[in-house]
Amino acid sequence: MSSRRLRRVALNTTGVAVLVVSVFPVFWMISTAFKPNEEIFSATPHPIPYHPTLRHFDFVLNGGVAGVSFWHYFVNSLVVATGTVVVSGLLALLAATAVARFRFRFRTTFLILLLVVQMVPPEALVIPMFIDLRHLALLNSLIGLTAVYVGFALPFGIWMLRGFVAAVPRELEDAAALDGAGPVQTFFRVLLPLVAPGLVATSIFSFITAWNELIFAFTFLKDQDKATLPIMLEFFFGRSGNDWGPIMAASTLLTLPVIAFFLLVQRRMVSGLVAGAVKG
Amino acid sequence: MLDTAQAVRRAPGRTRSSGPARPARRRPRLGPYLLILPALATIAVLLIWPVVQIARMSFQDVGLRQLRGEPAENVGLANYRQILGDGFFWTTVRHTVLFAAVAVAATLVIGTLVGLLLGRLGRRMSAIVAGGVLVAWATPPVTAAVIFSWLFGTTGGLVGWLLDLLPDWLVGGGWQNYNWFSSPLPDYTVLTICVVWMSFPFIAVSVLAGLRTVPGELYEAARVDGAGGWTTFWKVSFPMLRPVFGVLLALSVIWDFRVFTQLFVMSGLANSDSFNLSLYAYSTAFGSLNAKYGLGSAIAMVLTVIVLIVTAVYTRLIVRQEEIA
Repeated sequence: MSSRRLRRVALNTTGVAVLVVSVFPVFWMISTAFKPNEEIFSATPHPIPYHPTLRHFDFVLNGGVAGVSFWHYFVNSLVVATGTVVVSGLLALLAATAVARFRFRFRTTFLILLLVVQMVPPEALVIPMFIDLRHLALLNSLIGLTAVYVGFALPFGIWMLRGFVAAVPRELEDAAALDGAGPVQTFFRVLLPLVAPGLVATSIFSFITAWNELIFAFTFLKDQDKATLPIMLEFFFGRSGNDWGPIMAASTLLTLPVIAFFLLVQRRMVSGLVAGAVKG
Repeated sequence: MLDTAQAVRRAPGRTRSSGPARPARRRPRLGPYLLILPALATIAVLLIWPVVQIARMSFQDVGLRQLRGEPAENVGLANYRQILGDGFFWTTVRHTVLFAAVAVAATLVIGTLVGLLLGRLGRRMSAIVAGGVLVAWATPPVTAAVIFSWLFGTTGGLVGWLLDLLPDWLVGGGWQNYNWFSSPLPDYTVLTICVVWMSFPFIAVSVLAGLRTVPGELYEAARVDGAGGWTTFWKVSFPMLRPVFGVLLALSVIWDFRVFTQLFVMSGLANSDSFNLSLYAYSTAFGSLNAKYGLGSAIAMVLTVIVLIVTAVYTRLIVRQEEIA
C-alpha cells in the first residue's frame, strides 16, 4: 500500500471512530428503550436488542410516569414552545428589520446589548424571576413560563434574523415603493416572503430553547398537570432511578424531535454565533 | 447541507451592498425606534431588570416572609461577608473554575482536532461524520445527563462493565459496583465527559467553517516549503483563524462556567459536596424550607460578574470583526 493510501485509511478510520463516539450515547439510549429488562440488565451488554419490545414506550405513553400520560406533558411543552416561537419571532422580526434596514442612534448600543444579555446566566435570574412571577400570580402558569422563554430566545433570534433581512436586496423594496406600495405593504409583500426561511430557522431555534429548558420550569411549575417534558424526565429519573427501559423510552421521545429540528438549522446557528469572526 | 463554510462566507450583515451601511432615505425618523421598542421592552423587563434585582437583593435579607409581602431589610455587605468567609463557598468556586478549565481545554483541543479531520476527509465521508457529530450537539442537556447517568450507572452500566473487562493491573477491579455519583471527583469526571461530548461539535464545525475560508495557496506554499501537519497548523491555520479561536474560547468559558442542568440532573441538590457556584446559588435560594433569596442572590451575583467579564471580552472580539457599527 502506498503511503498516500495508508494515510487515507488512517484518516477514514479516525473519522469513523469520531462518528461512533458522537452517536453512541444517543444510539445507546434508543437501543435501551427497545430492550426487554433481561437484556438491559444482562451481565454481557450488547448493542442491538435481541428481542425488541415496545413495552417501555407503552408504559410511558400510557400513564407510567406519575399516572399521567406522556401526551399530557407533550402538550404542555408544545404550548410553551409554540407560544415562545410566535411571540419571540414577531418581536425579533420587527427589531431585526430596524437593525438591518436603518441607521439610527443607539443602533450599535442595541446590538452590543443583545450580545451581552444572551450570556447572563439564567441560573442567576431564576431567583428574582421566581419572586416577581409569584407577586404577579403567574408562578404556576404556562403563560408566565412562556414569557420567560421569550426573553431567552429573543436576543439570539434578533441577531440571527438581522442577517436574513440584510440579505434581501434593497432594490426590491425600492421597486415596490416606486410601484406605489406603502411601507406596510412592502413589508408584507416583499420582505416577509423573502425572510421566511430565516424566520423558520429562528423559530426552530426558539422552539428548541423552550423545549429543552428544565430549571425555570422545575422551579416555577409545581402542579403535576402543568409540568413540561424535561420536568417529567427529571422527576421520573429522580424517583425510579434504575428503571432504565422506560426512562430511556421517555428520553427518546423527548429527544428525537429536537435532533430532527436541529439538523435543519445547524448552519445558521454557527453563522449566528461566530458571525464575522470568519473572514470570507 | 452540512457545508457550514458556505453559511459563514455568506454570513449575514457583511454584504456591503444591501447592509445598513447605506443611510435610509424617505423613512420617518421614528420608524426604527418603534420597531425595536417591543423587543427592547421585553429584554429590559425579562433580562435586565432581574439582574438589577439580584444586585439589590444581594444586599438584603430576603426570605419567605418577604414573599408574603413584608419589606426586605437592608443588611449591607452581610451576605457577601458571609459567603466570602465560608469555606464551602470557596469549595464551590474551586469546582467551578477547575471544571471550566478542564472542560474548556478538552473541548477546544478535541473540537479543533475533529474540525481539522473533517477538513481532510473526502467530501462524502466528511458530511457523514459531521452529521453524526451534530447529533451530540443536538441532544438536550436533560437527556444527555440522563444518558450519561445510565452509561455510568451501577446496575447494568456500560462503562463499569467495560472497565471490568480491562485487566485489573491497569484499572483495578469492581467497577460494576462503583458509584460515580457519590463524591466530587467521579461526579465531575462524568460531568466533564458529558459536557465535552456535547460541546466539541460546535467547535469542530466552526473550525471547519473557518478552515474553508483560508486560501488554498497558503497550504500549497507551506507544502512546497516542506512543512508538516503540525507546523502548517501553527504557522498557517492558527494565525488565520485566530479571531475564530478567540470567540470560541470566550463562548466556551462562558458556557462551562455556568453549567447547571447536567450537574443538577446527574448529581442533584442532595449531593452538596459536588456543588458548583450556580448549583450552590440555586440551592441556597430554593433547596431548603428556609429559603434565603438574598444570600442566594449574592452567590448568583458572583457568578454573573465573572461571566459578564468574560462576555466583555467576547463582545469586543465580535465588535472588532463584525461590521456592526
